[in-house]
Amino acid sequence: MKGRVVFKGSAEGEALVSKQAISFYGGVDDNGVVVAKDHDLEGKDITGKVLVFTTGTGSTVGSWSLYRLKKTGHAPAALVCEEAETVVAVGAIVAEIPMVDKIDISQIKNGQKVKVDGDTVE
Amino acid sequence: MHLTADEEKMLAGENGYAAQKSMQILTGLGDIYGADSLIPVSSVQVAGVSYHNLGDAGLEFLEKLSPSGKVSVMTMLNPAGMDLKDWKKMKIEKAFADKQNAVIDAYRKLGVRITCTCTPYLVGFKPELGEHVAWSESSAVAYANTVLGARTNREGGPSALAAAIVGKTPNYGLHLDEERVPEVFVGVKVLVKNTPDYGALGYCIGKIVGNKVTLIKGVKNQTSDRLKSFGASVVTYGGSPLQHMVGVTPEAEKHEMPKEKVEIGEKEFKEAFDFMKDEGTDLDFVSLGCPHASIEELELIAKKLKNKHVRIETWIVTSRPVKMLADQKGYTKMIEDSGALLLCDTCMVVAPIKGRFKTVGTTSAKACFYVRGKNKMRTRIGTIEQCLKSAVKGEWVL
Repeated sequence: MKGRVVFKGSAEGEALVSKQAISFYGGVDDNGVVVAKDHDLEGKDITGKVLVFTTGTGSTVGSWSLYRLKKTGHAPAALVCEEAETVVAVGAIVAEIPMVDKIDISQIKNGQKVKVDGDTVE
Repeated sequence: MHLTADEEKMLAGENGYAAQKSMQILTGLGDIYGADSLIPVSSVQVAGVSYHNLGDAGLEFLEKLSPSGKVSVMTMLNPAGMDLKDWKKMKIEKAFADKQNAVIDAYRKLGVRITCTCTPYLVGFKPELGEHVAWSESSAVAYANTVLGARTNREGGPSALAAAIVGKTPNYGLHLDEERVPEVFVGVKVLVKNTPDYGALGYCIGKIVGNKVTLIKGVKNQTSDRLKSFGASVVTYGGSPLQHMVGVTPEAEKHEMPKEKVEIGEKEFKEAFDFMKDEGTDLDFVSLGCPHASIEELELIAKKLKNKHVRIETWIVTSRPVKMLADQKGYTKMIEDSGALLLCDTCMVVAPIKGRFKTVGTTSAKACFYVRGKNKMRTRIGTIEQCLKSAVKGEWVL
């Protein structure tokens, strides 16, 4: 599938798919575990995964939160979403995590091996 | 996006790491929002200052930028996690203070002004109608757009810093005429008479309208301080930073009546206050100054605390230049003689005070949202007089 490059890079891993928006500030803890109440990924660890979701939400501090995860080795391998917004986009750019948006995420299954390369998700 | 030759060079890394990373952020954002180019800005406000929020990773990022990075326009800072001079009075620990000071040093090396206030417009940084800036403190973004008619998007911390280094921001959103046209008409049918009311109005519009520019009719009794609180509230609860008010704000007159209409009445106001007022009257903390107190507010606070003593922890928070005025006028002494603290550079939202207090009395609708999440407090909202009467009594005065 071809989408739009938010941050150009190459990575692969197991897909972790959410049908909801993700807030990194307050929604994911320092170890990469989703702690947002009632989130469909609550309790799951995003470390090293290809995180697939709808869009980002929440405070702009979330950009810093994503950067912290990368520096401490708890970041996802790549980010794939339907629609990027500023918080996650800026986070991906400062943390240098490959990110693509404008993807039909219903085509990706949980656990599937996914490779992100530039604007391509396969 | 069309980039100039100089901008292309920066993006390619010819001007060092800081400029390249900044251009990556600005062009990344510009592409998402369909900006045609970058435009110059006259000032920048950077959020992401409290070590409580940045952590070591944020501090490392700032330190990584400073060898090659210098801001190229007037750049100011949001509040830090502590009063930079009197952090011991706040019972902040030395380990935190050392890290917070390292953050401030990193910003200083970049050439940033260490203003540490969410109210730059009260301390001499007041953009004109139509002036383009890049501010990232959401309450200040609301004041700039709504009250001053200046133009800024709600920048994130890193994107504001990027704008400061390059001196430009992508030309999208509220920088454009067409994005400043109101989409929703808001008829206010309830009397909005004091600061908490203005905060409740912000809550209602944020929740009901969401992120759409409005044209509001029915607001009177406005003051700069009430509008300051309104702006902070509306963006906290999901609203747009641009809220035209008929008879109040500079751009309201030039717009036609939007087709979509909503009404804010007693019912909506009650829901707002129900959210912000937790049950009971127990109180162990009062904090005023969210956004930072003006000199007029400090005058009222000083008069109310003169010759009185507070029974519970009371923090009055403001910007350093305003405190200097308060020192000269004797307000600081009146406030501190009561046992309350007059603090600068910080606030109860970004200070690391989780677990220290259970219930806070405040005039700020914005604070009612943030202190619950980050610092796990219950809230009671009221006027300055009500909050201070409560501080003196030792419990919430209804």
